[in-house]
Amino acid sequence: MANVFTAIGNWVNERAPGMMPVYRKHMTEYYAPKNFNFWYYFGVLAIVVLVNQILTGIFLTMFYKPGAATAFDSVEYIMRDVDWGWLIRYMHSTGASMFFIVIYLHMFRGLMYGSYKKPRELVWLLGMFIFLALMAEAFMGYVLPWGNMSFWGAKVIISLFGAVPLIGDTLVQWIMGDYNPADATLNRFFALHVIALPLVLLLLVVLHIFALHEVGSNNPDGVEIKKKKDPATGKPLDGIPFHPYYTVHDIVGVGFFLTICAFIIFYQPTVGGWFLENDNFIQANPLVTPPEIKPVWYFTPFYGILRVIPSKGLGIFAMFASIVLLFLLPWVDRGAVKSIRYRGLGYKIALGLFALTFLLLGSIGAGLTGEAIPKLFGASADVTSIEMHFGWLLVLMYFGYFIYLWVYTAFGFEKTKPVPERVTGGGH
Amino acid sequence: MANEGVNQGRRRFLTGTTAVVGGIGAAFAATPFIKSWQPSERAKNAGAPVLQDISKIEPGQKISVLWRGSPVWIVNRTKAMLDTLPGLDGRLRDPKSLVDNQPKYAQNENRSIKPEWLVMIGICTHLGCSPEYVPEIKPEPFDPEWKGGFFCPCHKSRYDISGRVFQGVPAPANMVVPPYKFVDDTHILIGVNPEDKA
Repeated sequence: MANVFTAIGNWVNERAPGMMPVYRKHMTEYYAPKNFNFWYYFGVLAIVVLVNQILTGIFLTMFYKPGAATAFDSVEYIMRDVDWGWLIRYMHSTGASMFFIVIYLHMFRGLMYGSYKKPRELVWLLGMFIFLALMAEAFMGYVLPWGNMSFWGAKVIISLFGAVPLIGDTLVQWIMGDYNPADATLNRFFALHVIALPLVLLLLVVLHIFALHEVGSNNPDGVEIKKKKDPATGKPLDGIPFHPYYTVHDIVGVGFFLTICAFIIFYQPTVGGWFLENDNFIQANPLVTPPEIKPVWYFTPFYGILRVIPSKGLGIFAMFASIVLLFLLPWVDRGAVKSIRYRGLGYKIALGLFALTFLLLGSIGAGLTGEAIPKLFGASADVTSIEMHFGWLLVLMYFGYFIYLWVYTAFGFEKTKPVPERVTGGGH
Repeated sequence: MANEGVNQGRRRFLTGTTAVVGGIGAAFAATPFIKSWQPSERAKNAGAPVLQDISKIEPGQKISVLWRGSPVWIVNRTKAMLDTLPGLDGRLRDPKSLVDNQPKYAQNENRSIKPEWLVMIGICTHLGCSPEYVPEIKPEPFDPEWKGGFFCPCHKSRYDISGRVFQGVPAPANMVVPPYKFVDDTHILIGVNPEDKA
């Protein structure tokens, strides 16, 4: 048997001699730092979820019927009548939320260990474009079941483009292909969701990984392993080949992750209205607004910014700016030290507050504060006013992080610890 | 291929003109694809004017009519409702309806052709939710001095009974009045101006 494989391998190699070097470069001779910790699972997990979304998505398109008159019923058909259809759909819907959990943790890892810093700015930028494409993909996917939250969510998000000066109204009609989210909107979102954006996403993921493999992975110490090579072999002393070491290592994390996913899919597929909102189990109705229009949890931090700013134009501007600033992070942070392990206390506190701010903005965007304020301040509390003021504080803290970080690092306020020559730990 | 005697200027010119001509061609080729996203003829037909009988709407009652996929409200306002309007100017963002969110013939305090008949697109100008009709003149949790009007549950924007927006709420402008005309005393045609033929 082994001879057959060898023979096939040789046959291909003779005709495409460039393929093996590519495989070696990205797998068996890609040297990853040996001190990866828990936070380094999320890149691989993102790929696992991407594969899950593509596979389950292909099968869903076999039964789903885009169109305002057919979409909602076809989703119910998948849930009730298609053999195992419920499982395929829940794998897809759970995968969407898990994708964002994984991506947010993956990005937070980048912030903690300075993975966006030189020479990895391009890796970070490509990653941010993946994040953007993912947000568009998730938004359009959420419209497809044509539930009431699909409809009103689409209406609210598309109407954001109405704030564009001069051409706003025309632009909104152009996106919708009608005067309201309608059949035409649903069909074009379907096309974008199942073919256009997945192609873009795949291309960006490949570029993200290629760009990473050019410069090599960062690690929890923020040490460049390429600086210390074995003089005899030229291999990094602190690196180990990605395959087989990390491929096998990652199977453990993937197994653990899939167990959690399976638990959600089988026992709590809606996660109490967080992964699948209750109002989306009602068919789209242009005449009845859900009691509260709110996006799925992964958009709530950005939506929170939009919600607390009482001017439509400014709110939209701030929401987009909050994402644009993330793109610029490599140039905002001027600190020479990458890893949080050796950075100043001021950075550790700021990053902690930034993460907390992000979560609290999410709680406003999700409408949690509307419920919590009367409990905290009594039933007579002015919920709107308290929420606004709290929200403004959070918006200031969000944008303040970037200003603070720049001042803190560009003017030498940061007192760093010495960075070791070699990575610490890593019992692989 | 010999490199000597290369005319760099001619090479640049040819590259430049090819790029320009090709770019223009690409822009023309892209046009049909971009235009295909415009509302289709069918969508435009479905957006045609809507005729509504208003003879059965009681004073104080609101009905919703679907026009271009949006709820159009027709409210038969009572005199008590109309009397609340003049006293609100100080609390409104745009009491004179200066922002172009209504036809000229509805740019008045009632924001309507006939004072009692309010015809308005029932969509919040903030982010497109559909506000609630809260006509009673009594204190409400969201406004202790409520004079009746519309309240958006999404982000708590408030409008008076003419759809004029209050200050200090997220919505930036008064609600939109669509073009409409009275065909006769009991019928409203939504989607055309009084001077239009339809």
